[in-house]
Amino acid sequence: MGKLCNCSRDLLANQDREIQKLFRSYSPGEKEALIPILQETQGIYGYLPKPILYITSEYLKIPVGKIYGVATFYNQFRLQPVGKYLVQVCAGTACHVRGGDLVLQALESELGIKSGQTTQDGLYTLSTVACLGACSMAPVVTVGGDFHGRLQPKDIVKILREYEIKE
Amino acid sequence: MERINSVYELNQLRDKLKEEFTKNKQRVLVCAGTGCVAGGSLDIYAEFKRLIKENGLNIDCELEEDSCGGDHDHNHDQAHKHETGYKVAKSGCHGFCAQGPLVRIEPDDILYTHVKLGDVEEIIRETLVKGNIIERLIYTNPMTGEKVAKEHEIPFYKKQLRRALKNCGAIDPESLEEYIVNDGYHGLANALIKTPQEVIDEVLASGLRGRGGGGFPTGKKWQFTRIAEGDKKFIICNGDEGDPGAFMDRSVMEGDPHRVIEGMAIAGYAVGADEGYIYVRAEYPMAVHRLKIAIKEAEEVGILGDNILGTEFSFRLHIKEGAGAFVCGEETALIASIEGKRGMPVPKPPFPANKGLWGCPTVINNVETFANVPIILDKGADYFKSVGVPNSPGTKTFALTGQVANTGLIEVPMGTTLREIVYEIGGGIPGNREYKAVQIGGPSGGCLTEDHLDIQLDFDSLKSVGAMIGSGGLVVMDEKTCIVEVARFFMHFTQNESCGKCVLCREGTKRMLEILQRIVDGDGQVEDLDLLVELGETIKDGSLCGLGKTAPNPVLTTLKYFRDEYMHHVENKICDAKVCSALKVYHIDPEKCKGCTRCARNCPVGAISGKVKQVHSIDVLKCIKCGACVTACAFDAIEEV
Ligand SMILES: Cc1cc2nc3c(=O)[nH]c(=O)nc-3n(C[C@H](O)[C@H](O)[C@H](O)COP(=O)(O)O)c2cc1C
Ligand code: FES
Repeated sequence: MGKLCNCSRDLLANQDREIQKLFRSYSPGEKEALIPILQETQGIYGYLPKPILYITSEYLKIPVGKIYGVATFYNQFRLQPVGKYLVQVCAGTACHVRGGDLVLQALESELGIKSGQTTQDGLYTLSTVACLGACSMAPVVTVGGDFHGRLQPKDIVKILREYEIKE
Repeated sequence: MERINSVYELNQLRDKLKEEFTKNKQRVLVCAGTGCVAGGSLDIYAEFKRLIKENGLNIDCELEEDSCGGDHDHNHDQAHKHETGYKVAKSGCHGFCAQGPLVRIEPDDILYTHVKLGDVEEIIRETLVKGNIIERLIYTNPMTGEKVAKEHEIPFYKKQLRRALKNCGAIDPESLEEYIVNDGYHGLANALIKTPQEVIDEVLASGLRGRGGGGFPTGKKWQFTRIAEGDKKFIICNGDEGDPGAFMDRSVMEGDPHRVIEGMAIAGYAVGADEGYIYVRAEYPMAVHRLKIAIKEAEEVGILGDNILGTEFSFRLHIKEGAGAFVCGEETALIASIEGKRGMPVPKPPFPANKGLWGCPTVINNVETFANVPIILDKGADYFKSVGVPNSPGTKTFALTGQVANTGLIEVPMGTTLREIVYEIGGGIPGNREYKAVQIGGPSGGCLTEDHLDIQLDFDSLKSVGAMIGSGGLVVMDEKTCIVEVARFFMHFTQNESCGKCVLCREGTKRMLEILQRIVDGDGQVEDLDLLVELGETIKDGSLCGLGKTAPNPVLTTLKYFRDEYMHHVENKICDAKVCSALKVYHIDPEKCKGCTRCARNCPVGAISGKVKQVHSIDVLKCIKCGACVTACAFDAIEEV
């Protein structure tokens, strides 16, 4: 464990500046840095690429299995790449009682994917979150970080169109 | 700003700033809380700025809370130089999100609601220049039709008592100066001239109880940590706010970050800690951004760091971002998460007060708890206790959401009744529908029925009816909400978030969810209800942490108060609220049916039969309740029963 596979060697060689900078801001073996490093990695790539997990393992001296355990424990982390726009549907209580699941269904049928999947063209990844903290405008959906509130299933097509026009 | 080297210098600075600020009383505040931003408030703000500049008016404009995270173009020094005219300022969320985008005009206290881009020009022309109120934009009470122009006269605000939220929506959270003008860090200054024990005694005397859910006396917790052995101690602020449907802590961290810092520094001084962590939920990047700015500002002037305000006391703060796990709100799991591990709770004792972060004695309190501490040290325990009820003094914030006219963030004295909150502050239930229940305390809490409307909301009264204040989420449900489905929803949530350590919590919640799913799918049996109770009680007894100990609460309380509704589901296969799609039955009204065959042609499973020009009928056994026939029928002949 902790041995670098070839792909991660390549990646190390080509490490872009951002990743180098990221590791430099933590000292080797600093175990409490694990979650922040994973968060920043995801900030750069949108998900956690496997090679980076190996690099992190070597750097922090934490077995890869443990890192995998942490990465899968927390809802925030994704091990698969995401589409250009991350569509987050709130599944919190306030949104639920105001019809959030109908909005989710509308998104699923419009995009032709289930929550957790990415569209074939790589434009959208659909996911649900526990609460976006904007409960007073329930039900809420964010697309690429923009908030859309007080939604009805019929609003979905119009919203998605906005992003498609941008493309 | 220059370094503040003593309490005396802090006081001098405050007096000086107060003088400057009174000259500058007129302001336009554009709310830029998440809700208002989604409604376009950033464009409204830009339009104000543009038009003011274009017309050469001596009016300054700022946003209330910059939710876009960062590069906004206002400049504190410049803004504060204005001695006349209007200042357009930025602050935290006003709380009245249902009416956004909001624009407030000070000092006249005029609140404009549902402001649109096109209204800006008129507001400038009529209100700012001529001093006229624009009727169309002021608040209309949906129940009485009465129009109210002044913010503090709107029923939503009138019944509230904003102490912990005093600054939220009223000051620029990115300005230390504004915090100091509003008596900020005065509590810390008062603490530093007392002995640490005197500080703890004051907090004990105030009767402050933790706002994170449990209601444990804060002073006691501090006392335990103070006497615990160890040279190194920590203060942790729990900003995980895991209850889906609650956003009070978010609003405090985003709207008044210095208050949280002040509360933590006072705690640090009292227990002898020189380092602290603020653990913020992953979904709150704006809170992280604001807190970072506030910490930096406080360090620069010597309110954080070494020798605070010229005393021996030193205190440093770090921010840790959560990664999305409900259980990390539990204190021992949160500590594990800060240490970089999976956030799994460990048995207590030892309590964090003795063995917390990296084995050191640690105080861990909720955001709102810390936000109350400066009030106690600034104005005294008696002032704090002057509102609330004897066993639960002070105020409490709630996130009021669901089927209620005025959703938003509120703060009321402990002991306020549910009726006052739902009907007076919340403005009742829209569309003349019937009140059914309030879910309080999120996935760990319980529901309160019509019979409980006059119950006082405080820690002990709620416990006596099987609910809890929890973090303070209040979700109002009306006759169109299916209680069984809501119970299933909460069980789905906790089942998903169970960390998997305790067998009863891990497996038991799964089984409870299966049963509830079966009931809403129309396959439930009468025995299922007793089974749910038995499972629920067992899970409560056999789980290590509060997650498992409280997970069955929503099911148990709804079973207690709404057993009839459960019975209808299992015995008669009827969902009274008409929510559970599996229990819907479609019926063709023979009077209305013209025999056009359209429904039969649209039915995907061939459940509808009938000849042309004759009344059609639905085979309920074949019907999958998709509703396609309802949409297809041109004569409104198909109804859901
Ligand atoms: C499953 C679970 C989730 C919790 N979530 C939170 C939370 O989101 N915020 C919080 O302040 N306390 C939460 N708590 C309570 C904390 O464990 C702890 O009691 C609290 O932070 C103490 O602060 P207080 O004394 O100021 O209330 C949670 C507890 C449990 C068991
Ligand atoms: S419940 Fe959806 S934003 Fe909070």
